[in-house]
Amino acid sequence: MYDSDKIIPGLIIFVLFITFPVWYNHGDASAEPKPELPKGVKECVLPVADMRAEHMQLLNKWRDEVLRDGDWAFDVKVAGKKYQKSLMNTCMECHKSRKKFCEKCHKYASVTPYCWDCHFAPVE
Amino acid sequence: MDKKRRDFLKIAGISTLAGLGGPAVVDRLVNGTSPVGANAAREYDPDAQGETHKAGAGEHGEAAEGAKTRKRWGIVIDLRKFREDPELAEKAIKVCNYNHNVPHFTNKRHEVKWIWLTEFENAFPEHSQYHKDTKTLETEVLVLCNHCDSPPCVRACPTKATFKSPDGIVGMDYHRCIGCRFCMAACPYGSRSFNWRDPRAGLDMKKINRKFPTRMRGVVEKCNMCVERVGIGLQPACVEVCSESKAMIFGDLNDPNSEIRQVLKNNFTIQRKPSMGTHPSVFYIV
Repeated sequence: MYDSDKIIPGLIIFVLFITFPVWYNHGDASAEPKPELPKGVKECVLPVADMRAEHMQLLNKWRDEVLRDGDWAFDVKVAGKKYQKSLMNTCMECHKSRKKFCEKCHKYASVTPYCWDCHFAPVE
Repeated sequence: MDKKRRDFLKIAGISTLAGLGGPAVVDRLVNGTSPVGANAAREYDPDAQGETHKAGAGEHGEAAEGAKTRKRWGIVIDLRKFREDPELAEKAIKVCNYNHNVPHFTNKRHEVKWIWLTEFENAFPEHSQYHKDTKTLETEVLVLCNHCDSPPCVRACPTKATFKSPDGIVGMDYHRCIGCRFCMAACPYGSRSFNWRDPRAGLDMKKINRKFPTRMRGVVEKCNMCVERVGIGLQPACVEVCSESKAMIFGDLNDPNSEIRQVLKNNFTIQRKPSMGTHPSVFYIV
C-alpha cells in the first residue's frame, strides 16, 4: 500500500472521532427515573403500564371531550372517588408535585411538554 | 364510406344530449332523490352550524328550525339595574377577571378583555338617533362575547381552535390557537383579545384562581360564558354576582319555560349589531 504511514493513523483518528460519543459517555448512563408516587393510593385512572405509555393521549382525549363535547361530569372513578376530566384539578390532586413526579421522567426522556405555560402545577 | 353532413350533425347532436343528460339521470336513479329534495333536507340539519340560515330568519336571534331541540345558553342584561347600582358592573367584571385569571395591563394596546364597560354609542352603533336622552347617553353598557348562533369567528378560524359547543357556547381551545387573529378581525363586537405579552406578567401571582389556567403569549382569548361553571350546573360568575338584583339573567333560550324566555317575553330587548346576522345570545333591556 502506498502512503500507509499516513492512511493507517488517519483511519485510526477517523474511527476514534466517529465513535467519540460512545466511549466519551461510557459508564455514564443516568439511573432509571423514579417518580414519587402518591402514598396510600394504589390505583390510577388506567393500569400503570397504560398510564406510562399513553397518559399524553389520554390528556388530549379528555381535553377534547370536556371542551368540545361539554363533558364536565365527575365520571372518572379512581379508588372509589369521582373526578372530573382535568389535569390541574384531577391528576395533580394525587400527584402533588410536578418536580418529583412529572419532571422526573420528562427530564430523563428529554421531553418538554408545554402544559405549565398555562396550567398551574400545585404549589410546592 | 360516404358520410353526409346531415347525418354527422344528427349523431353529434344526440351524443351531446346523452352526455349532458345521462349523468343526471343516473344520479337520480342511484340516490332515489331529486337534487331539490337533498337541498331542503340540508337546510334543517342542526349540525350544519349557522351556515344554513335562511335569509328570512329573524334578525333577533332566531335559531334554525332543527336547533330548537337542544340547549342554547343566553344572557339578558338589564341596564336599568346597572344604572341603579353603579358598582354592580364593577363587581361582575372583577369576579370574572378573578375566576379566569384575566391579566391586567395598563398599556391599552396590550389589554385583555372578557367583560367590560363601554359607551352606549359604541355598543349599539345601529341604535343611533338624533338627540339622545341623557339617561341613554350616560349609560355605560356591560359588554361581553355574544356567543352568537352564527359565529363569524368560528367560520374564520383556520384551525378550529374556536368552535360552537352543542349548548350554544362559543368556546376556545387554546392548545390549537396559532394566534393568526382572523377571529378578531371577524368578530363585529371586539370581544376577542390577543395576548401580546405573557399573561402571567399582568397577573398578581399571589391572587390567582389556581383552579383555572391562564393563557400563553400568542393566543387569542375571550369570554367563555363560564363553561367550566355551566358544565357543572352553576350560573356564570357575572350572573351569580348580580343574582340579588336580577340585573343579569342566564338561561336556555330554546326552553320556552325558562326564566330568560319569560323575561324576553315581557320586556323589549335589543341586541348588538343585529344587521350583522350573527344572532347574538346576549340581550339588553335599556
